[in-house]
Amino acid sequence: MAKFKKADSMLEWFDQRLGVVNFAKVMMTEYWIPKNINFLWAMGVLLTMLFTMLLVSGIFLLMYYKPDVNMAFDSVNYTIMQEVAYGWLFRHIHAVGASVVFLIIYIHMFTGIYYGSYKKGREMIWISGMLLFMLFSAEGFSGYMLPWGQMSYWAAYVITEIFGGIPFIGDDLVVWIRGNFYVADATLTRFFMLHVLLIPLAILGAIVFHFYSLRFPHVNNEKGEFFDYEAESEKYLAGDKKGSKVIPFWPVFLSKDVFVMGVFLIFFFYLVFFHYSFAMDPINFDKANGLKTPAHIYPEWYFLWSYEVLRGWFFEIAGISGKSLGLMAFGFANVIFLVIPWLDRSPTVKPANQRPFFKYWFWILMVDLMVLTEFGKLPPTGPNAWVGFGASLTFLVLFLSLPFITKMEAKKAGRK
Amino acid sequence: MMDESRRGFIGKAFGAVAAVGGVASLIAMKKTWDPLPSVMSAGFTTVDVSGLEANKLDIVVWRGKPVFILKYTEDMKPTDGRSVKVGDHYYAVMIGLCTHLGCIPGYEEDKKLFKCACHGGEYSPDGVNTFGPPPRPLDIPPFKIDGTTLVLGDEGPEYKKMTAKA
Ligand code: FES
Repeated sequence: MAKFKKADSMLEWFDQRLGVVNFAKVMMTEYWIPKNINFLWAMGVLLTMLFTMLLVSGIFLLMYYKPDVNMAFDSVNYTIMQEVAYGWLFRHIHAVGASVVFLIIYIHMFTGIYYGSYKKGREMIWISGMLLFMLFSAEGFSGYMLPWGQMSYWAAYVITEIFGGIPFIGDDLVVWIRGNFYVADATLTRFFMLHVLLIPLAILGAIVFHFYSLRFPHVNNEKGEFFDYEAESEKYLAGDKKGSKVIPFWPVFLSKDVFVMGVFLIFFFYLVFFHYSFAMDPINFDKANGLKTPAHIYPEWYFLWSYEVLRGWFFEIAGISGKSLGLMAFGFANVIFLVIPWLDRSPTVKPANQRPFFKYWFWILMVDLMVLTEFGKLPPTGPNAWVGFGASLTFLVLFLSLPFITKMEAKKAGRK
Repeated sequence: MMDESRRGFIGKAFGAVAAVGGVASLIAMKKTWDPLPSVMSAGFTTVDVSGLEANKLDIVVWRGKPVFILKYTEDMKPTDGRSVKVGDHYYAVMIGLCTHLGCIPGYEEDKKLFKCACHGGEYSPDGVNTFGPPPRPLDIPPFKIDGTTLVLGDEGPEYKKMTAKA
């Protein structure tokens, strides 16, 4: 065993046993952040905070929620909302948080795409981030089902039914996932387990990994500039704080993040207190009924774009049914962002506005996603169906053309 | 040298034990997630169809799913392989879940068609998909005819004949 001296302070006592001084240096005071980044880089801290809020509010809801088809609906709508003091507050924080977390994830993700933060050296940051996105989607979906309202029930029904499209094993797989021939008590309890234990555990692990993967290539910056972090940090430590291009995460950088957090929290609690209903579907205040489908089923806003890609295909092409085409397009939409580092074949790291072709690609993608989101909520009949089809097709074409566009860009840059 | 090969052997033996244990636990996990026996044996549903009114949709529940029973009017043509004769009348018997994503279609008596509101799918009265995203006709549940009653969940000769044709 190593030698232990008598400690002169509490800090020293802990330092001898846990190396807290070094730990704080690596994690905070000597974790270097570029100076030239804007508020869009604060989304990571916002997400960490939102996740914590969801976790805490979830724990409070968990004390009264009952995962049983006969009790679930009332435990939420009566016990938590009416009986438990401030139960409504935790429910609204949880529901609004679940919705807003996706808004911030999307901003975080498209900031990454805009500034090329997924490129060479940062692939693992990107992949772990997309993994987090998928885990959050699973978490959101499994939680959405728990109040056992009509929309919850039918969302669960339709989403589990999607697995039926997998060749050969599809039908059996659906029964296996549900634990019954239809969405029933077994389905509710296993989704409850996923929502409160397994997926949150996986999310925690993925968050740690995401942060870890950031320490080596370091965070990107507004200009896509390359720094020698070693030299820059030495400058800072030597006292040349002005000349150095980096600042320590704590306390210098975080002070800016805390400001963004403050502004965000005002917006967040404004929603919680005055506009919580946007996160609550009115149909979900009817208890689940397996024998009556609501007239129009749609998911929460953050899944609408991929939902529209799924249902945009309503006729058969080359003998493949619309359903299969939709499933394939849906599968494609869900994995394609993951491989973006390899689809973008231009090696330059620069914000989109300084890239001759990519800037159009990026903004067309934004518009397309908005169209998909908008039409995902409308009934898919008449001209809506065709707009949906066009937007789904555009989505596919955009991603299939990305390697060529960026290759052209790389060539053009090489010629100059 | 001797030591090396002993270590190699121990390593392989440990690997084999771990692999067997790993596979065994995966099987146990898969089976734990399987539907319970009580769910799998969820009984039969019997319906007396003689009292039904023609062109009025009757819905019964079988294994948690809605099953459509539609008695044909005189002028509706029975379809080969999709309609059942019970007594003197023809009936359509099918699972009332849209083959697209599983919504329950509604029956429009005046137009004599099933319409799925979710994504606009349409079916003829005998459940054949005629428009929209549904990829195939409505599924037919296993059934048996016993006089004027229909037993859902049992595979009778009429059902076997139907599936043989498809
Ligand atoms: S579920 Fe019926 S048309 Fe999609």
